[in-house]
Amino acid sequence: MFDAIVIGAGPAGANAAILLSENGLKTALIDEQRDAGGQVWRAKSESILEASITDAGEQGDALRDRLKSSNVITKFNCRVWHIERLENGHWLLSVVGGVEKKLITKALIIATGAQERVIPVPGWTLPGVFGLAGATAIFKEHMMAPKRRTIVAGNGPLLFYVASETLSLGGRVSAVISINSRTDWLKSLPAMLSNPSLIWQGLKWIFTLNKNRIPIYWQHAVKSVEGENMVDGVTICKVDQNWAPVEGTDQYIHGENLCYGQGLMPAVEATHLAGADHHYDEKLGGWVPTIDQWGRTSVAGLYACGDNAGIYGALAAPIRGSLAAQAVCEDAGINIDRKAEIKKLKVAIKFGLAATALTIPRSGLEALITGETEVCRCEGITRQEIDFEIKTGAQSPNAIKSGTRCGMGPCGGRYCMDSVALITQHRTKKSREEIGLPTARPPLRPVTIDDISDDLDYDDLPIPGVSPL
Amino acid sequence: MMPIFDIAIIGGGIMGCGTALRLAEGGMRAIILEQGDIGQGASGVNAGTLSMQIKRVKLMPYAIRGHEEWQHMGDAVGFHKTGGYTLAFNDREAELLHERMKMKKEAGANISFVSPKQLNEKEPHLAKKVIAVSYCPDDGYANSSLTGQYYRKKIDEKGINFIEAFKVTNIRSVSDGYEIASGDRAVVASRILIACGGWSKHITAMLGVDLPIRARINTVSVTERAPQLVSSVIGHATGLLTMKQKENGTILIGGGWQGKGRPEEGRGQVSVDSLVPNLQLAKFVLPALSNIRIVRSWTGFEANVPDFYPLAGALPNRDNAFILGCVRGGFTIGPYISKLMGDYILGKEPEMPLFDPGRKMEEGKLI
Ligand SMILES: Cc1cc2nc3c(=O)[nH]c(=O)nc-3n(C[C@H](O)[C@H](O)[C@H](O)COP(=O)(O)OP(=O)(O)OC[C@H]3O[C@@H](n4cnc5c(N)ncnc54)[C@H](O)[C@@H]3O)c2cc1C
Repeated sequence: MFDAIVIGAGPAGANAAILLSENGLKTALIDEQRDAGGQVWRAKSESILEASITDAGEQGDALRDRLKSSNVITKFNCRVWHIERLENGHWLLSVVGGVEKKLITKALIIATGAQERVIPVPGWTLPGVFGLAGATAIFKEHMMAPKRRTIVAGNGPLLFYVASETLSLGGRVSAVISINSRTDWLKSLPAMLSNPSLIWQGLKWIFTLNKNRIPIYWQHAVKSVEGENMVDGVTICKVDQNWAPVEGTDQYIHGENLCYGQGLMPAVEATHLAGADHHYDEKLGGWVPTIDQWGRTSVAGLYACGDNAGIYGALAAPIRGSLAAQAVCEDAGINIDRKAEIKKLKVAIKFGLAATALTIPRSGLEALITGETEVCRCEGITRQEIDFEIKTGAQSPNAIKSGTRCGMGPCGGRYCMDSVALITQHRTKKSREEIGLPTARPPLRPVTIDDISDDLDYDDLPIPGVSPL
Repeated sequence: MMPIFDIAIIGGGIMGCGTALRLAEGGMRAIILEQGDIGQGASGVNAGTLSMQIKRVKLMPYAIRGHEEWQHMGDAVGFHKTGGYTLAFNDREAELLHERMKMKKEAGANISFVSPKQLNEKEPHLAKKVIAVSYCPDDGYANSSLTGQYYRKKIDEKGINFIEAFKVTNIRSVSDGYEIASGDRAVVASRILIACGGWSKHITAMLGVDLPIRARINTVSVTERAPQLVSSVIGHATGLLTMKQKENGTILIGGGWQGKGRPEEGRGQVSVDSLVPNLQLAKFVLPALSNIRIVRSWTGFEANVPDFYPLAGALPNRDNAFILGCVRGGFTIGPYISKLMGDYILGKEPEMPLFDPGRKMEEGKLI
């Protein structure tokens, strides 16, 4: 039994765990990765983005060192697949990959980071398409074949980071397609100036792109990904203010890799499964658990910090981690001072929020998802099928899911339900808040029966009373 | 103000929608009031087993007729008649199986016993430790997640009114019937039918009627797509396992293992302490399951009363108020018993007897 368990060993979670153990709480830190620092489809992008000012490795190392010299019990390569609140208010975590299959804790901090938003367009499922946020992590493995050219498309600052990083790793970039206009960027500059070093970093990326004569298509979007069995190129088009495609502006761009993403969304499955209230806030990247300024959710004993509680970015993450740790301590009767942290947070979030603002989906975006586009890649469900379901009366993610099987595959709807909501919003004119989230169900990631149980001793099978005749 | 309806049906599950369709045939103007989406309660999340072998003896005639209804609905609900086997692995289970299946057979189900060898020929992937097997060629399944889509289309076609996201919070008598309110919205109807499944106790209480309704929280899981492993519906002598492989390759695992939560607090939660043995038993029966991933587990509320028989009829001590629910195996039986209920409300003699909600109920014996 632990006083506190933190799920997610990114900058927010790891920092929270260290602080908790420093204050005498028996604390465990769980992550499905090999070590602390963040992960591919999660907050990594933002962390890299901001951490690269100094040295990404250095910051990570510092964090890992602090962890090692702390009393935090780390459980890496360990994945939480179910979260239950027990009657006494404690939390029961079901995990795979660790020594134990179950862990119990008094306080639970969820710091599972962000996930990428990907707007499906025809061909987006072709081999050769990568998420923007995940791209850098897989560069070396998949993308460095010397003849391959990379197209980088989407929005936000990540775009320029990925493009310049590709170049500096020795790759080739055919073009950068930014759905944001130059004006969008100018508008966000004042807020971004809160962090001059990051601006400076950004300018360096643009400079690298210019030096290598990489064309940047401002206010353009990928309309379709072309290719037979793998990516051969993309058709792009101009978009209007609302990001709707403008007719007659198509162009073809060659390339064998496409790094593609429309920003980050908080990864809320864990807080949702744990029963916390959530609300929709586009400024924070989408659905977020409703928390107080420390990170307390609506459920006693459950806390959230880091990008999964709103995309504030990596600078804010460790601060949010320590705020949540302080809330846990306070609720456990341990007093620590925290006022200074709140002030720090106010400054730190400015850059992150400005970056997130560039990625807020606009109303025209849904028009890029054509009827034939596969929205749910697990089940092969097209937009047409979803449209039909809505037209014939399905009004909620649950109803659409039931009727079409969209989101019922192994990804659990993680990659399609946001697009489904976007389409529903367009069709029904309801707000995202009204449309809601689909019911959260375990496992958080698919697990095999062998993963989660030992062999059955048949006589041990608990027989809870046979059904009435 | 809305027009006055002949009847307001609270609850858009199989029971509510099925009754509405019958009433529409009889010329009644009905409105369905549903707190969430049509067909997303028990009716949309159940295991979909249409098995005679797990039906109660006294409900067998209803189950047989219900089964015919599903067959008739066919592809629109993913109906498949696959035949079903119920397995026993030790003497106690074998005895239980023989005793129970004999009675069910007498009640009209087409059930016979086959040898473990015959089972093995038909279902070679099942564990070889089986010692007794019963078989029913009529058993099969439908896809419960299509319930909502199916009934929404039907009630729409018949021009039946329905309001979703209408959670009934108050009911009061008015001169011409009942006023049913959800917050500040209200509907007036001459009659009322409570078809709220696991939530029914709460609603009958709004009418001042206390019925001993309880809710079980059943767990169901589904795997990723797998190669063909079973072609029939598989059950266990104790009733603790139901398993079927769908056309798309996914395997659905149920058996009535209990989750947590209360109907008033959302959709219930999966409890690992009952999920794990449920899955272990599934793997024991179908060893190849060990490496196939579970993609999703969920729960649904199933209502019952102490004697485990349906509530189907007039609500005690109230005029023009009816209830239909607590039907064990209600997915199978629902489309039929709701027709009977419709006839009863229309003032016709139902083809088979209903189950008086005002009866004295004794705790059903669990054997
Ligand atoms: C997990 C599970 C597995 C099962 N497996 C099988 C099986 O394999 N085979 C089988 O034959 N049967 C099975 N059953 C039983 C079967 O699903 C039910 O008997 C049947 O669906 C009940 O239908 P219903 O319409 O009474 O209830 P429901 O479908 O639950 O409908 C009740 C409706 O009332 C609505 N409601 C509740 N409160 C309010 C309110 N205040 N205002 C408005 N609306 C309200 C609810 O939202 C709900 O939609 C299973 C049940 C469960 C839960």
